[in-house]
Amino acid sequence: MNKAILQIENLTTSFRIRNKYHAAVDDVSFTVNENEIVAVVGESGCGKSALALSIMQLHNKQRTKSEGTIKYKDQNLLTLNETQMNKVRGKEMGMIFQEPLTALNPLMTIGKQIEENLDYHTDLSGDEKKKRTIGLLTQVGIPYPERTYKQYPHELSGGMRQRAMISIAIACNPALVIADEPTTALDVTIQAQILDLLKDIQSRTKMGIILITHDLSVVAEVADRIVVMYAGQVVETGSVKEIFNNPLHPYTRSLLNSIPSATSEKNRLHVIEGIVPSIAKMDRVGCRFQDRIPWIPKHAHEERPQLHEVGKEHFVRCTCYKEFYFQAEGDALTHDITQSR
Amino acid sequence: MWKFILRRLLVMIPQLFLLSIIVFMMAKAMPGDALSGQEINPRANPAELDRIREELGLNDPWYQQYLRWASNAVQGDFGISYTHKTPVMDVIEDRLWNTVFLALVTLIFTYMLAIPLGILSGRYNDTWVDKTVTGYSYVGFGTPIFIFALIMLFIFGFALDWFPSGGSVDSKVDEGTFAYVVSKINHLILPALSTALIATTSTIQYLRNEIIDNKIKDFVRTARSKGVPESKVYSRHILRNSFLPIAAFLGYEITGLIGGAVIIETIFSYPGLGQLFLSSVSLRDFSVVTAIVMMTGFATLLGTLLSDIILSAVDPRIRIE
Repeated sequence: MNKAILQIENLTTSFRIRNKYHAAVDDVSFTVNENEIVAVVGESGCGKSALALSIMQLHNKQRTKSEGTIKYKDQNLLTLNETQMNKVRGKEMGMIFQEPLTALNPLMTIGKQIEENLDYHTDLSGDEKKKRTIGLLTQVGIPYPERTYKQYPHELSGGMRQRAMISIAIACNPALVIADEPTTALDVTIQAQILDLLKDIQSRTKMGIILITHDLSVVAEVADRIVVMYAGQVVETGSVKEIFNNPLHPYTRSLLNSIPSATSEKNRLHVIEGIVPSIAKMDRVGCRFQDRIPWIPKHAHEERPQLHEVGKEHFVRCTCYKEFYFQAEGDALTHDITQSR
Repeated sequence: MWKFILRRLLVMIPQLFLLSIIVFMMAKAMPGDALSGQEINPRANPAELDRIREELGLNDPWYQQYLRWASNAVQGDFGISYTHKTPVMDVIEDRLWNTVFLALVTLIFTYMLAIPLGILSGRYNDTWVDKTVTGYSYVGFGTPIFIFALIMLFIFGFALDWFPSGGSVDSKVDEGTFAYVVSKINHLILPALSTALIATTSTIQYLRNEIIDNKIKDFVRTARSKGVPESKVYSRHILRNSFLPIAAFLGYEITGLIGGAVIIETIFSYPGLGQLFLSSVSLRDFSVVTAIVMMTGFATLLGTLLSDIILSAVDPRIRIE
C-alpha cells in the first residue's frame, strides 16, 4: 500500500451568487497516494475544475468558501494563510492548465516563467536556476531547450507550450501535480505524447497526479483510480479496471457508453439527454442524476443518496444503479420525434 | 527594425505631399488674403495693393503658387510671415519649443496621476478607493477644459497668485541663467496641470479596465499556482500586461498634446504653436498657417511611428522586421 499524499475529506466549496452560497463541490472525499494517478471525470459543470482550484486554493477568496479538510503531509491546507499556502503552491504541488497559450504570460520568456517557480522556492543562484530550467525543458522533451529558454509562448506550438507548462508544474519536484484537462486543447496525436510524458515523469518521480478530464479514453490509458463526479458530488469511485469492467452508477455507464468506438456496430453514438443542473438551481435532496434518466422509476432512487461500498474500494452513490437499464435506441428516437412535434 | 523605420519614413512622403495640397488649397480657399486688411485703410492705395499682390504672386493660379511654395518648403523655407515680417521658421521655432515643453510636462503630470490612480482603482476595484477615483474620472470626462482651465487660472494664478497667469517666461530674467529655467518651469506648471487633470481621466480608466481584465486571465492563475506572492503577481504579471496599450498610446498622446494645445495656450496666453496658429488664421497669415499644419501633420505621422516602435519594444508578439 502506498503512502497517502493528499487526503480530501468532506470538501465542500461554495460560490457566492447574489449573496447566497451554492456548493459546486459538494462533500467530496478521496485520497491520492504516492505514485498514483487519480482521474476525476465528469461532464463540464460537474465541479471538477472547482475541485482542482480548491485544492490549490486559487479561488477568489471573496466569493468562495471551502469547508472540510484537505490534508497534505499532516497539515490541513484550508487552515493555512496566504503566505503559508504560497509555500505549498508551486513547491509541494504543481498545476497544469488546460489551455497552454492563455495560461502562459505572453510577455515573459519560457525560461523566466519556469525560473519564477525556482525564485520563490529555492536558494539557487541565477546560473544554477538557468541550468535547472534547461534541464527541465530537456526532461519534458523539448528538442532545443537552450533556444526555447529564450522564446516567448507565442513562438511555440501547442504541444511545446504544454510541455513548458508541465516543466513549470514540476520545477520544484512537487509531491503532487494537478492536471486540469491537460490534453483538451491539443491535437489527438499530441495528446498521446503529453499523456506519455506525464506518465513517464510520474514513474520516475513517484509523485501523485490528479488528472482532471472528461475524456475517458485518456483515463483508460494512464489512470490508476477513477473518481466520477456529477453535479458536484462523487457518484462512483474505484480502480480503473473495476470501473471499466463493472461500471454501476447510471452516470458512469452512460459516460462509458458515450465513448465513440471504431469497432462498434452501433451507428448512433449514445447521448446522455439533458444537461448538468446549474449549481444555483439544482435540487440538493435526492439523486441528482434522476432527471436525466426519467424512465427509471422514482422508487429506485434513495431519498438521501449515500455512497455504498459494492466491491473492494468500489463505491457507488444511490441505489438506482440496481434498476438501471439503457433505453432501447428506438425508444429514444420516438421520444425525439414526439418532442419535436 | 531600421528597415521598417526607413520604410515608414519613405511612406510619409506621399502622405505629406497629399496633406500639403489639401492644406494649401484650403488656405487659398479662405476669403481674403494677407493684404485684405489693408483695403479699409484710407491711407492705402488700392493700386499699390494690387501691385504688391502681383509682385508676391498672389494673382497667379493656385498650382503655380503651390509649386513655388512646395519647392521652398522642401528646403525648409516656408516663406516670410506677412504679419511678423520675419521668416516663418523663425516665428515658429520659439513657439514650437514652448509647445513641446508644455506637452512634455503635461505628459509627465498625466502619467504621474494616471499610473498610481489607475493601479489603485484596478487592483481594488469596486471598493471605496475605486469609486472615488472613478467618480473623479467621470467629473473629469464631463468638465470642459476651457472652463476648468479658467477656474484654475482664477484660483492659482489670480486669487492665490501662486503661479504667473500668462506668458512662457519672466521678461526680467536673462536667458541661460538658472532663474530663467525656474521661471520657464513656473510658467508651465499651471497650464500643464490643468490639461493633465482632465486628460488623465481617460488614461486612468483605460489602465483600470486593463488591470481588471488582466487579473482574471489564465496566466495570472498560473503565476499564483507557482506560489508567487500577490504583490509580485501584480508587478510581474498583471501590470506589465496592462501597460501595453498605454505604452502604445504614448506616441499618439504626444502628438495630440502638440496639436491640441490651442485652447490651453490661448487661456493662459502661453506663446506656443496653438496660440500662434489661432492668431495667424485670423490675420490671414497663410504662410504661418500652412507651415504649422504641415508640422503638426508630420508630428502625427511621427507619433504613430513612435507608437509602433514602442509597442514592438514592449510586446514580444509584435516584432517589426
